[in-house]
Order: sequence, then C-alpha cells, then structure tokens
Amino acid sequence: MSFEWVVEIISNNWPMFIRGAGVTLLISMVGTILGFIIGLLIGVIRTIPTPDRKAKRIFLKVINAILSIYIEIFRGTPMIVQAMVIYYGSALAFGVDMDRLNAAFLIVSINTGAYMSEIIRGGILSIDKGQYEAAQAIGMNHFQTMKNVVLPQAIRNILPATGNEFVINIKDTSVLNVISVSELFFQTKSIAGNNFRYFESFFVACILYFIMTFTVTRILRYIEKRLDGPENYTMYANQMQVETPEDLLRKKDNH
Amino acid sequence: MEAVIEIQHLNKAFGTHEVLKDINFSVNKGEVVCIIGSSGSGKSTLLRCVNLLEKPSGGKIIYNGENILDNKHDISAYRTKLGMVFQQFNLFNNHNVLKNCTVGQMKVLKRSRQEAEEVAMKYLKVVGMDQYVNAKPKQLSGGQKQRVAIARALSMEPDVMLFDEPTSALDPEMVGEVLKVMKELADSGLTMLIVTHEMGFAKEVSDRVVFMDKGVIAEEGSPEQIFNQPAQERTREFLKRTLN
Repeated sequence: MSFEWVVEIISNNWPMFIRGAGVTLLISMVGTILGFIIGLLIGVIRTIPTPDRKAKRIFLKVINAILSIYIEIFRGTPMIVQAMVIYYGSALAFGVDMDRLNAAFLIVSINTGAYMSEIIRGGILSIDKGQYEAAQAIGMNHFQTMKNVVLPQAIRNILPATGNEFVINIKDTSVLNVISVSELFFQTKSIAGNNFRYFESFFVACILYFIMTFTVTRILRYIEKRLDGPENYTMYANQMQVETPEDLLRKKDNH
Repeated sequence: MEAVIEIQHLNKAFGTHEVLKDINFSVNKGEVVCIIGSSGSGKSTLLRCVNLLEKPSGGKIIYNGENILDNKHDISAYRTKLGMVFQQFNLFNNHNVLKNCTVGQMKVLKRSRQEAEEVAMKYLKVVGMDQYVNAKPKQLSGGQKQRVAIARALSMEPDVMLFDEPTSALDPEMVGEVLKVMKELADSGLTMLIVTHEMGFAKEVSDRVVFMDKGVIAEEGSPEQIFNQPAQERTREFLKRTLN
C-alpha cells in the first residue's frame, strides 16, 4: 500500500466519503431509534400478564402470535435478502417506487425492531418481581408500572445491548449497497471503481467505520454513567424546598 | 365496631395444594391485628390475598360493603386504599427516596407535585427518613429502606396498612428501628394488619392476635388470651417453640 495514494484519495474524494459516512450514520441512527421504539412496544405487549376475561385473553394471544411471526421472520433471514425483497418486491408487487433512503430506514428499523423486542423483553423479565408487586400494591396498572418503574430500570440494563445493536447497524448498513443506497460502502465502491485503488480506498472506509463505531460506544458509555447518577447523596436538611403547613405557620409566628 | 375489611370463606389453592382453607376474619377501624404462625402456615399468602397480589380461589373480600372479588371492581383503585409493606422492601430502584413516596401519589392519585412532596415529607418525617430524600435505595441500609417503604405506603393515605413480615429480612440491630416506627403508627390509631414473627412486638402492640396453622385460623383472640391462656394445643406448642 502506498501512503501517497491514501492521501490523494482522501484529498480528491473527501466530500464523497463524508457524505457516505453521513448517510451511514443517519440510517443506523434512525434505524436504531425506530427499532428501539418498535422493540419497546412489542416488549411491553409481550409481557402483559394473561387477562382474566376470555375475549381479552384470545385477543392477546392472537397479537402475540403475530408478533412472534414478525420476530422470527426478521431475525431468521439476512438483512441483505430482506432489503432485496422489500425494495424490489414492493416495486414489483404493489408498484410502489420507494425512495431508496426511506427503504433503507424501513429495512433497518424493522430488522432492529425484531432484535430489540427480544432484548427489551429480556430486560423487562430481568426486573425483580417485587418491583411489579410494589407498583401494583400502590394501585398502578400494567402500563403505569411499566412506564414509571420497570422500563426505566430495564432500559438502563439493556443499554449495553442497545449500543451493540447501534454498532452492528453502522456496520450492516453496508449491505444496503445492493439497493444502491449511497452509504459509505457504496460511495467507496464508486471511488474505487474510478481509481482502481481498491485497497487504499477501502482502507479509508475502514478507518471511517471504526471512528463512527468507537465514538458511538464511548457516547453510550457516558450516557450509562449519567443514568446511574452520583455515587453519593447529599443529606437534606430542610431548606424549605418543600414547605409543610407546619413550617409556614412557624414562620408566621416568628415574624 | 366498624369493619374496614371483612374476609369470608376465603380459599386459596396453588394447583391442587390448598394453602388457605375457609378463612373468616375482619379488621376493624383503628385496630391492630397481628397474624402469627409457623412458616408455611399461609399467613403471608393470606395477606397477599387481601390486596389481591394473589388471586383467591374462592370466597369474598368485603370492603366498604362491597365484594371486591365480583370482577366488576377496579382492583387498582381498591389497592390504593391498602398500604403494603413487603419483607424485601421493594423500593423502586430507579427513584430516590422522595420520588419513591411521590410517584404513586402523582400517577395514581393524580396529586400535584407540590402536594405529593408535602405529603411525602410529612410521612418521611414520621419514619425519620426526611434527611435522606436524595438518596437512592441502594445507598440505604435495610432498616432505612424499610422505613422509606413504610413512608411510601403511608403517603397514599390508605385505610389499612398491611405488613408482610417487615423485619424478617433485616439485620438484628435494625429490627428495633422499624418496630419502633410501627409502634408509633399503631399508637396513632392507624388500622394495621401485620404478619410477623416478632412475638414480643405482637404481644405489645396488637389489639387482636390471629394464630394460623396449616392454612386455617386455629385461634383468634386478644394478645393476653393467645399468649397467656391459649385454648388450643397447637397454639401452645407453637408459642413454646418460638418463645424459647
């Protein structure tokens, strides 16, 4: 490898690299966030306790069956194949000419959603039964319990796994070059196709991918630390942040 | 006397194993009732049936003149009227002490933040934990956690407080601080139903003691009667085993 070539490729093509990296980052970010939301909804639905009424129970069973079909299919087939089927399939079957970038968002999101829903379900199941019981005992329903008690803890616990998904998405968006999404791999291929310097061009792409994944893992680690809060707590001497009626009375007496 | 909760012919079975058999008893307003008995006698299950953490297999739970088990009832609304204190504390790990006491008030009772915090502070003061509002549960000792758990339950201003072996998971030196708080609550006229292994405490604070054995109420009466002149042989045996 010649270092001069690397420098030259960068100086000639840096806008294309940057644009490609930007698209990669955009797709993986949107895909991870939407996938996370899909996973969150499915995770919560799949952990609803079996209801007493028969009609509700059957309804929940049907929903659960549909959701497991979705999860199994999207976890069990490669994303590169899903991309082909969804993008070309939708054009062929329904005559929908999807925008390539929107197709990319859709594919990565539903793919990530299938993985995330299982990760989130695991996170929810890992929370101690006592937390649910305490929440129910003060009168919270399933969704209040989830929102105020269980999910905040579950999400904290699955943050490392979510970071994993994000990093995987950054790398796996490269398969979307099969539907000509102009992400980093696709751009690098075009650059290399022009200068026939495959090794040097992809070496640059390699570095860019690594910078993206490394930065993302660091940011997520920082968020984890922030969520954990400080190690110590400050003792609270009544500084009137909360005034009781008695305090107010006492104050009045003093003046 | 006015019964707050009345339990009639309550049964509970896990599969074919009958844990509770035809339980009848009531808790009156302002009364402190202690349930004692050996492990596996069904006392915790009974308490958990009262606030429906376990679904009874049969019988009635009458609250305010209505049967809670008739399927038409809003279980969540009923539960807000019962404060529950668990053996394992079960504080919400993601919230600090103050938030533990306000989250239920704000989300379930729809109180404003300010009102919820005032109420929470009032009860945190009662249990002597008002200085720790910023602490997370993992930063507290067992006794402190349990006191916060009591404040959390009190903050919902329930009609009855249920205690499920509140001192069983504590180190011996921390049992005292929790029992002291409970004693003060009992003296203040709060209606309490307590499952406990602390016989001295039961003798001292309760108005009525219920002795359970093998899923049935074997004997019921005033603490003097149960502890000094038990009528049943199995009560005598149990007391002999636990008091020595």
